[in-house]
Amino acid sequence: MDYVIEMLNIRKEFPGIVANDNITLQLKKGEIHALLGENGAGKSTLMNVLFGLYQPEKGEIRVKGEKVNITSPNIANDLGIGMVHQHFMLVDTFTVTENIVLGMEPKKGFTIDMKKAERDVKEISDRYGLRVDPKAKIADISVGMQQRAEILKTLYRGAEILIFDEPTAVLTPQEIKELIQIFRTLIAEGKSIILITHKLKEIIEVCDRVTVIRKGVGIDTLDVEGATPNQLASLMVGREVLFRTEKTEAEPKDVVLQISKLNVNDARGVRAVRDLDLTIRAGEILGIAGVDGNGQTELIEAITGLTKISSGSIKLSGKELSSYKTRKITEAGVGHIPQDRHKHGLVLDFPIGDNMVLQTYYQRPYSKLSMLNNKEINKQAKKLINEFDVRTPSEYTQARALSGGNQQKAIIGREIDRDPDLLIAAQPTRGLDVGAIEFIHQRLIDQRDKGKAVLLLSFELDEILNVSDRIAVIYEGNIIAVVNPKETTEQELGLLMAGSKKKEEGDIKHV
Amino acid sequence: MFSRTQTILIPVISVVLGLLIGAVVMLVSGYNPIEGYSALLRGSLGDSFYIGETIRQITPYIFAGLAVAFAFRTGLFNIGVEGQLLVGWIASVWVGLAFDLPKIIHLPMAVLAGAIAGALWAFIPGLLKAKLRVHEVIVTIMMNYIALHLVNYLVRYVISDQQNTTSRVPESASLKSPFFEALTEFSTMHYGIFLALAGAIIYYVILEKTSTGFELRSVGFNQNASQYAGMNVNRNIILSMVISGAFAGLGGAMEGLGTFGYAFIHGAFSGVGFDGIAVALLGGNVAIGVVLAAALFGILKQGALIMPLQSGVPTELVEIVIAIIIFFVASSYIIAYLLQRFKKGAQ
Ligand SMILES: Nc1ncnc2c1ncn2[C@@H]1O[C@H](COP(=O)(O)OP(=O)(O)OP(=O)(O)O)[C@@H](O)[C@H]1O
Ligand SMILES: [Mg+2]
Repeated sequence: MDYVIEMLNIRKEFPGIVANDNITLQLKKGEIHALLGENGAGKSTLMNVLFGLYQPEKGEIRVKGEKVNITSPNIANDLGIGMVHQHFMLVDTFTVTENIVLGMEPKKGFTIDMKKAERDVKEISDRYGLRVDPKAKIADISVGMQQRAEILKTLYRGAEILIFDEPTAVLTPQEIKELIQIFRTLIAEGKSIILITHKLKEIIEVCDRVTVIRKGVGIDTLDVEGATPNQLASLMVGREVLFRTEKTEAEPKDVVLQISKLNVNDARGVRAVRDLDLTIRAGEILGIAGVDGNGQTELIEAITGLTKISSGSIKLSGKELSSYKTRKITEAGVGHIPQDRHKHGLVLDFPIGDNMVLQTYYQRPYSKLSMLNNKEINKQAKKLINEFDVRTPSEYTQARALSGGNQQKAIIGREIDRDPDLLIAAQPTRGLDVGAIEFIHQRLIDQRDKGKAVLLLSFELDEILNVSDRIAVIYEGNIIAVVNPKETTEQELGLLMAGSKKKEEGDIKHV
Repeated sequence: MFSRTQTILIPVISVVLGLLIGAVVMLVSGYNPIEGYSALLRGSLGDSFYIGETIRQITPYIFAGLAVAFAFRTGLFNIGVEGQLLVGWIASVWVGLAFDLPKIIHLPMAVLAGAIAGALWAFIPGLLKAKLRVHEVIVTIMMNYIALHLVNYLVRYVISDQQNTTSRVPESASLKSPFFEALTEFSTMHYGIFLALAGAIIYYVILEKTSTGFELRSVGFNQNASQYAGMNVNRNIILSMVISGAFAGLGGAMEGLGTFGYAFIHGAFSGVGFDGIAVALLGGNVAIGVVLAAALFGILKQGALIMPLQSGVPTELVEIVIAIIIFFVASSYIIAYLLQRFKKGAQ
């Protein structure tokens, strides 16, 4: 059998941890090969080794049978290996084309031949059905389009082998469908793909083979055909996974959050939330379903004080919050798991310990008379690391060095542990493995059972349907329906989210 | 990015490389590097007089280095240390001359005036950055020129009577130390070095041990996350500049109340503020590093004055050595890369 890539017995160590221990991964030409493993299992590390960002301590890499030494991404490029990172590496103020040709610009005399570059980019974009506007500025296009720009970048550099690190974690369901189509086109054009994802359904849908790793050790490589999600999950975790969260009927009590006639503008000054009314009670989880860009982000930023509101009122247990600054809102009892963990959730250059007290560092026992008490801070960090299974060498490790999923678990731990009356969870399980998702869902339900209110925002309808007690559908900045998850279906929700059913039709159940 | 040993090794190796390449330059231009460097050492540490002069030289370097480092650690680039130092200098001298008080009140007041003036001078770029997002590098550079000419005006027309220098500050506001002068054969060494070392300790405590330092560092790394966590980003930007400026102003007060004991018209910038950038960089922006880097700079600059007389090597050689050191620190990736290679080769 011909392998285009062979990674044999790879070992990669970091201070205090062996991230890859004797892992072997072989990629056939024209296949989509999944790389599956828990958070922190070492998937990104292995791919960074292949892309030349890390040097392995042991093992060898072969490209088309030939032993190679990939000491930098440039060498990886020359060998036809391209990588689409989980966190994009694009210059925001440049156009798509400028980003793509960066470092290898076509020249005309001494100047860059932008016309030719744009033509080339357009040509590749059309060939693979990417439909990217070569002249658009990165800052102005959606996350899905930015990802396509990254794909174009690798193709422009002649990649034959494409590595995708959790590409679907940041996409909406529609964008995921389109990405899968793009994968198929790439394969038809003779490319080979390595795909990291935590979504077992995606693996079963598009992949040919899957390599499973657990805690840095290679477990097995198997054909996807015939494999079930349960089988994959238990291989990866090393025990049975349930997939369904057990929960009792909600017992809603007093109103915790009362929003009325709320209007909020987005960053460009366009109205994003319009005359929105919403109520959440103690002891219930309210899920917000909606297509991305219908005002969800602005709604959450308004509640948490990150954005000023235009008009309306936001009351927490009867207290008006809308004039408060973020700190006062936090102190009043609002917790917030943010959508973007790198932008808002963590100070990546701080140790994980300091990140665990990001909102409380100035309070006792973490500070006394303005002097930090590092002993208490690290004690708290240790506690959360254990409780939420954050896999890190220690509480002194920089947050940056944690795997994506473990960063997420750290944030969730911090927010839940503060035990807020209202917990806002925006895409809380983005980038988490199936075991961790189960655990986090259980913790959200525990908060509910303790009599707290939970606001869950998610683009995964599964998650919304499984975890919520009520579902509010947001469309163009307004809640157009509130439905009972037990009496609705994905289809109905889909229609509501598309705005095709309106309140006026009168057939929407109000719960 | 770098491991702990690397953060220590990189500046040390840079210094060694700087000195080695300096030696090569001397050889190539026909001087004896051993003679050159020993003259430099004699001129900075050779006897008690030179030691006194070197310590006096180190004092403002520590403050300037701390000022740059403080801003840097909190996400700002303060190029205006030079100007803040000048206004600190004139303010401390003015308070020294304007009041007639017992030393126990007068001296602290004059020193404090330097800090406050520097802080106020840095407050302006901080405010512009916080409120209007004007980049602090541009503003601080311009404020340097305003400071230079404003201070010259004040010296000539306000504090003195159309003279090039002010009068000397009275004993009650002076940092001069007859004790150290006697000890070091009448060098200009003064008590300022103790204030500088205290400054380094304060720097460490504010930044690493207080909740204010936690906030300042957090805002320096990630403004979005800091805002999310309820910190007041704008207030912290201003505070960072103000504290940085206060360190710079104190550096000026050391010159005004200690080294010179008066203020004078500057034809050009003294350069201490700009050297502060190099000191902070070489010192890795940590307190102990800044003190050590300032000591190295003090030794090199002081020794450079004697070197031409004793060995014929021109003063400029020291500037070359410093430039090479800074080059290597700034391009630390080269050294990190070499270290890695070296480790691989050894295995
Ligand atoms: N630069 C680094 N320095 C130190 N440790 C690191 C670094 N990068 C990763 N690690 C550690 O190596 C281990 C594997 O991390 P990796 O990012 O490869 O996990 P992953 O499988 O991609 O997980 P996730 O699904 O959460 O993204 C983790 O324990 C992580 O803390
Ligand atoms: Mg990863």
